[in-house]
Parts: sequence; structure tokens; C-alpha cells
Amino acid sequence: MPTQSSFVTPATPMRAYASTADLAISPPSHREASDRARAVASPKDLRTEPAPVRFVIIALAVTFLTVFVVLPLVVVFASAFSKGISAYFSALAEPEALSAIRLTLLVAAISVALNLVFGVIAAWAIAKFEFRGKTFLITLIDLPFSVSPVISGLVFVLLFGAQGYWGTWLQANNIHILFAVPGITLATIFVTFPFVARSLIPLMQEQGTQEEEAAISLGASGLQTFFRVTLPNIKWGLLYGVLLCNARAMGEFGAVSVVSGHIRGETNTMPLLVEILYNEYQFVASFAIASLLAMLALITLVVKTVLEQRLDEGQTPRDDPRDH
Amino acid sequence: MIRRILPLVAGLLWASSAFAADYTLLNVSYDPTRELYADFNKAFAAAYQKETGKSVEIKQSHGGSGSQARSVIDGLQADVVTLALAYDIDAIAAKGLVAPDWQKRLSLNASPYTSTIVFLVRKGNPKAIKDWDDLIKPGVQVITPNPKTSGGARWNYLAAWGFAEKKFGSADKAKKFVGDLFKNVPVLDTGARGSTVTFVERGVGDVLLAWENEAFLAQREFGKDKFEIVAPPLSILAEPPVAVVDKVADKKGTRPVAEAYLKYWYTKEGQEIAARNSYRPRDSEIAKEYEKSFAKVELFTIDDVFGGWTKAQKDHFGEGGIFDQIYKN
Repeated sequence: MPTQSSFVTPATPMRAYASTADLAISPPSHREASDRARAVASPKDLRTEPAPVRFVIIALAVTFLTVFVVLPLVVVFASAFSKGISAYFSALAEPEALSAIRLTLLVAAISVALNLVFGVIAAWAIAKFEFRGKTFLITLIDLPFSVSPVISGLVFVLLFGAQGYWGTWLQANNIHILFAVPGITLATIFVTFPFVARSLIPLMQEQGTQEEEAAISLGASGLQTFFRVTLPNIKWGLLYGVLLCNARAMGEFGAVSVVSGHIRGETNTMPLLVEILYNEYQFVASFAIASLLAMLALITLVVKTVLEQRLDEGQTPRDDPRDH
Repeated sequence: MIRRILPLVAGLLWASSAFAADYTLLNVSYDPTRELYADFNKAFAAAYQKETGKSVEIKQSHGGSGSQARSVIDGLQADVVTLALAYDIDAIAAKGLVAPDWQKRLSLNASPYTSTIVFLVRKGNPKAIKDWDDLIKPGVQVITPNPKTSGGARWNYLAAWGFAEKKFGSADKAKKFVGDLFKNVPVLDTGARGSTVTFVERGVGDVLLAWENEAFLAQREFGKDKFEIVAPPLSILAEPPVAVVDKVADKKGTRPVAEAYLKYWYTKEGQEIAARNSYRPRDSEIAKEYEKSFAKVELFTIDDVFGGWTKAQKDHFGEGGIFDQIYKN
């Protein structure tokens, strides 16, 4: 079997790359260690702190959450409905609002779809193969997390702007990238690229390559192996990544603001429109759009919780090959 | 799944390009003109349709005057620019997008409407602010945006300077006066609208230096029982200019519409729209009609006092210019 040689089980479980990415998305598989800890010690044994300390810590956490998360959320919805339900819905039915919603959905759909493909390919390459420059590739994938979104936007201005590297050629051929949908999409793809790859890499590394090796040794082709073995194994992790990617794609402000051009009814996404309406003293309309984004965040949160449960369930019955 | 998403995406794309007019213009403008151009575009589209039978849709983009100019330079396909100051259009002209003589192509320095800088104070004028020298009194908090980023803020700064130079008689004393004024500024927002929001909604400061039209708008939005407009006896004549972006208009074939659009400003209807939105009209008849809406202010021009925008920009707002020296101390 010639293909078998290209499968190399990772020597170490690659937990070393603690970056901002790991803080931003904690892939559920990382919790496996704490699961084991729970198995040896019951939760009661772990509570070594005296009751008052515990109380203070919990009270602090709750106050913090209330002030920084719950209150702002309440304010958004309260302001959105401050002039009644009809004002709320007529604000959402404005042509500019509809156009912003449409643009946001379109950009998110394109960037999530592309990032899904890129992310799976990148994760597959990194998790299942050994090659030179792998660490470099992982760093590259993390880059959008560590670069300020405004810089991400400016990069595209430098590339595609009329004064930029490809500007003259693009202008001559009448191709509009900057200040149009392609530019906004590109900027969004850039800032959301890590999410899918990042949530897949640890999962795929943990699963190893044994099942793929088995499939290939039984005569499956590469594509068959991918669709019948790899994909079912990673589907929950993939959904999880797509979800986070989508949330960021719809909510991105900085990078999109730089490349948008702010043409009303054309290149304003929902987050940009929120700011514009606020500056026009249209507070109900502004918070109405903001409430849509907030609802998206809430839905994301719920789906994320469900997915995390699925992921955990999907993993516990699995026999981890490294335990043997 | 994909079979369900594809028609949806296609539908979205189709919907966004469904209602195309005969002509589409993009007007790239500065922050406070949102309401003005909403009004003006409607009137122009109707007038143009009546005259030529063609429909025209005007898209708007608003932002800080300087950053809007930057976007046009970077390729934002503006058919016309209507910015806060001539310097920003000069910057576009320097890249060859607008003819160098753009300010001569339309009468009155290509500024069909003007404005000036006034003070917006809280109800009852508790700090008794009447003139520019009241702004440097201790304990008075002045709100103005950053002259480095905001066109309106540059007009504010130059108005204060012009007042001081006239009153105290020398550039050195004017520099001291403006320096004292900026010591009373607690926050510098990046744009005019940002400063208005700071003053009006966040309740910071005793007086807002603002475009006259912006002050009227804030008063209209939030009620005359909350704010008063104080017009100083002397202020600057702010001339926000307009221009066709030649390169874009020629490429898109929209030059005739774009020119008609800007010329519409010089009609009675256009002037009336300016006056209605608290911009000072140029037309003497309309000006007379709206005489009572605007306070009598003695106005000096930037050419009189500063020798034009290019010089004012270089002397005052350039790297290491007078504003930098003042603000460092």
C-alpha cells in the first residue's frame, strides 16, 4: 500500500500551541483531561476553599457578568423597543436596513463556505501529515487572530486600492474589489479564516490516522476515505467551527469598515449601519439592528452549547487509541 | 442543504440589483450633510426626471472629510465629492482624479452653500458664553473635534484664531489664545458628529464649537428646551466645496448628470433646500427670505486671514505645525 507511508501518527499530542486562538475557542476535546480528573476525584473533594471565599468568588463572577454582559444586552433590547414594536419593525423594514442585512448574510455565506473548504483542507494537512514548514503554516493560520482588524482592512487597501500594488491594473480593467462586495468579503474571509481550522486541528490530531489507514487498507479511495471516515468523525467539530466563523463574519466591524466605502444601501453591513444610525440620532433604528446582531449572538451561544455536548458525547464512547 | 442555499443566495444577489435607475451617482460627502443630501437628492431626482425623462439614483457615503477624500483617492467610485473644505478636494486633485482648476468651474469658489462656526450651550447658558474670549475662562469646558482628522474642527480652530488675531493684533497672541482654548478641551473626538454626540448625549462640556447647521440640527433633534445657540459677533465663513470627480464620471459616462446635479445647487430650489437645512444660502433672495433663521455674524474668509487652504493647512495642521506645538504644551 503506497499511500500508507504518508500517514504518520503524530508523535506528541500537539498541545503546545497555546495562543490567543486557544483562548478564543476552546475546542471541547481539550476538556478530556479534566474529565479524567473528575473520574478519580468526586467534585466534593475538590472544594478545598472555605465557604466565604467561594461565596465571594461566585458573587464577583456574577456581578462582573451582570455588569459587562447582561446589562448591555438588556439596554440594547430596551432601547430597540423604547418606541414600541411597530417602530422597531419599521426600522428593520427600511431599505437601508434590508440592504445591510442582505449584504451581511451574503458576505457571511460566501466567507463561511470558503473558510469551510479552506479550513478542512488546512486542518487535514496539518493533523494527518508530516511535512516541512508545518509549524509555519500553523502560525500563518493564527495570524488573523493576532493582527488588528483595522490592519487587516488596510492590507487590502494597499493591495487593491487605486494607489495600491494591483490598483492600476484593476482600474484599467474596470474590476472593483475595494469599496465593493468582493473587498468586504475578502476582508471577512481574512479575519474569520482561523475559526474552522482551529477547531478541527486538535480534534483531528486526537483522532489520529488509524481509521483512515484501515479504510485505505480495505481498498477505499482517498475521497471515499474522506467522506466516509474523516468527515463523520469531525462533523460536530466542523459545525462548531462554522458557527464561530459565522458569528464573527456577521459581526466584523474594523476590517470591513476600512474597505467598505460606506455607500448607503450598498456597502454598509449591519455593524456599520448600527454606527451610522446612531450618529444620525436614530437610536431606535440603530438599536433595532444591534438587537438582530445580539440575537444572532444568543442563538450562536445556544447552538454552541448544544454542539459542545454533542462533541463530548461523541467522544466518551470512543476508544482513544493512545490509552492502549 | 446546498440546494436550498444556492437559490437563496441568487435571490439576494438579484434583489440587490433589481431596481436600477437610468443613472446612478455616488456622492461622497462629509459627516454633517446626511440630512441635507437626503433632502437635496430627492428634489434633484424629481427635477431631473421632469426635465429629461431619465431617472437618477444618488447613493451617499458619509464620513470624516479627510478620510472620505482618502477613500476616493484609494478608488471609491465617487462621481461627485461634496466635502468640508477645499483642501480635501485639492488632495484628490493632486492624484489627478479631479482637474486642478476645479474650484473655478463653478461660481462662488464651488461652494453653493456656506456655514459658519457657532457655539451650542446648555439651556440658560449657565457659563454666560457670548464671544470667543469667554471660551478661555477657567472652568469652561469646550468640546471640539480633532483638527488633525476633522474638517469641521479645522474651521473651529481657524475661526478662533481669526478672532484672536483681529482682537489682539498679532499672530503670537493668537497662538497663545488658541493654546489657552485647547487647554479647556477635555476630549478631542475624530469627527464633528462624534463631538456633537459627546456634548449632547453624554453631557460632557459647557460649550460645543459646531457648524451652524449641526448646532441647529442638534437643537431640532433634542429640543430647544435643552440647548441654546450662541452666535459670536465674529466668525469664519466656512465654504464647503463641491466637485465632479472627472476621472470617475468620464469612465462611467455620468458627467452630464453629475454636472447637472451640482448645478442644481445654484437654482432657487437648491438654495431653498440649503436654507431649510440651516446652511446659509448664497442666493440673495433666498437669503433674505431666511434672514431670521440665521444670526447676524461678521464673517471673515480663509483667504483674507490665512491666505487660502494650502497655506493654512501647512502652517497650522501639518506635521510639526502650530496645532502640534500648541497641543504639546
